[in-house]
Amino acid sequence: MMMQDNLTAGTRQIGPVVMELRNITLRFGGVVAIKDISFDIRQGEIRAIIGPNGAGKSSMLNVISGFYRPQEGEVIFRGVPRGPMKPFQVARLGIARTFQNIALFEGMTVLDNIMTGRLNRMKAGFLSQALWWGRAEREETENRAAVERIIDFLEIQNIRKTPVGRLPYGLKKRVELARALAAEPQLLLLDEPMAGMNVEEKEDMSRFILDVNDEFGTTICLIEHDMGVVMDLSDRVVVMDYGRKIGDGTPAEVRGNQAVIDAYLGVAHD
Amino acid sequence: MIYREAGDFKTSYRADGQTFPIRLDRWGYYAVLAVAFGIIPFVINDYWANAVLVPFLIYAIAALGLNILTGYAGQVSLGTGGFMAVGAYAVYKLMTSFPDVSILIHILLAGGITAGVGVLFGLPSLRIKGFYLAVATLAAQFFLVWLFNKVPWFYNYSASGQITAPTREVLGFAVTGPATSAPAKYLVCLVLAFLLAWVARNLTRGSIGRKWMAIRDMDIAAEIIGVDPLRAKLSAFAVSSFFIGIAGALLFAVYLGAAEVGEAFGINKSFLVLFMIIIGGLGSIFGSFAGAAFMVLLPVLLKNVLVGNLGWPTDLAAHIELMIVGALIVTFLIVEPHGLARLWRLTKEKLRLWPFPH
Repeated sequence: MMMQDNLTAGTRQIGPVVMELRNITLRFGGVVAIKDISFDIRQGEIRAIIGPNGAGKSSMLNVISGFYRPQEGEVIFRGVPRGPMKPFQVARLGIARTFQNIALFEGMTVLDNIMTGRLNRMKAGFLSQALWWGRAEREETENRAAVERIIDFLEIQNIRKTPVGRLPYGLKKRVELARALAAEPQLLLLDEPMAGMNVEEKEDMSRFILDVNDEFGTTICLIEHDMGVVMDLSDRVVVMDYGRKIGDGTPAEVRGNQAVIDAYLGVAHD
Repeated sequence: MIYREAGDFKTSYRADGQTFPIRLDRWGYYAVLAVAFGIIPFVINDYWANAVLVPFLIYAIAALGLNILTGYAGQVSLGTGGFMAVGAYAVYKLMTSFPDVSILIHILLAGGITAGVGVLFGLPSLRIKGFYLAVATLAAQFFLVWLFNKVPWFYNYSASGQITAPTREVLGFAVTGPATSAPAKYLVCLVLAFLLAWVARNLTRGSIGRKWMAIRDMDIAAEIIGVDPLRAKLSAFAVSSFFIGIAGALLFAVYLGAAEVGEAFGINKSFLVLFMIIIGGLGSIFGSFAGAAFMVLLPVLLKNVLVGNLGWPTDLAAHIELMIVGALIVTFLIVEPHGLARLWRLTKEKLRLWPFPH
């Protein structure tokens, strides 16, 4: 299985460009949410998007995951420009994401939630499923094994049969990460994975993100408010303010960028 | 004390995913099947078949169907009566047009035709949700009843406007028509209810069931993980209508024998089946059976107690029944929205720990 190959990979390499965004402009009526932004995401890196509230970070993520269609610009995934697509089609390309305010299936167990991440890999026909014979049963067992590896990896074995609605916030975030990981995505989008967490939970989540990137070689693009976390985790950072890109580079470069400092600390008007 | 999962270890994912993971549950299930298939057919009489067991099994099929749509896929429907009518009229037309083909094939085909109609009326679900979808399916209910009343072709131009089931046989035993024996009626319904419940369980535990539940719990998140909402919703409508169509076909051909559409498949039927799944438990196979049993047995019980034992007038008993059902539905919605199935599960959880609660 692909998962196993990835598990043994272990060494970190930054590869070619996976996702390229070219001159993206997104408007809602008269409001310009994103103005002429270009950047790229490379294979195997952790790419962060930061910026003050209302900078357009989440809109950017929604453009990548197909929720919003930009009026101008191109989204190029693996060298192929992506036409207008529905979110479920984007998911089938191998792009998974988590949400700022958790979007889990509350009525289902943790296990079932994570299993939904593998729905696109389960191809058993209707009849096979109705009779629970042949392919449907085989697939269920195979995918369960893959999901169990992720459950072990994220250390949520003891809650696998618990309905998600009963879990505390921090664990829900972890289950949502597990669901996204279960799809074995080529590109993983994380929208504020540490929002509302205490220091310990943040540390746990940071470790999981680094481990995912390191062990599975998953390319990650994340939005985060906690500056310390972003600077420690990411390889490259895009800084947005009022829908424009004001900085792009390694954490050290971004930290020294005058425009970024102005956006975060404010500028004296004299 | 015997009801335990401790010591009942699972060593494969297959064993862990089985329907009854606890040994005692499994034995209970086999025992129920053994009684249902091995004993009841030999002791059943007309009263038990007509008043209790046959309607219970038929409504259980209908409740399973509606539960797939409403309980698992989250699409509210008030068109159950209309879809049951489609099943009934489909099986009637098939029985009278192709008398040589087995009635069992006709019943399955009637389910298939209903599935098609269900998909057609399910199309609005792609645009509207919740309350508004319920109103759209209500339109289906009224339209279908009107259609079967208005177009004489559906009832073969009979003077009364009724449809009457001709006698058809399976393995030499009449299963429809006036000569049908109680065990024959019961067995036909039992076999279909058993098979359909098994299919419903298989569908809801696999990938298609997870798609339905994902759409129910949060449709945006479902889409982002790759569920096509169009296919998920329409497949739920198709499977649900297939079940409901078969229930309608059985209700007409095996149970009633003759039917008039407004009376047999009116809006009351839609509500009856909806109450069954609310009381039984949304999103539960067991709940479909429990709800059907409850709604079928309650009137029989009340009638026996109030009219038979206490000697009250029949109309008073009928009104009291309405009041009790209404009060129960309100109670269940407030206190236990997951219905009898949840109560049953809680009892089992308590029992599992008894007598040491920690």
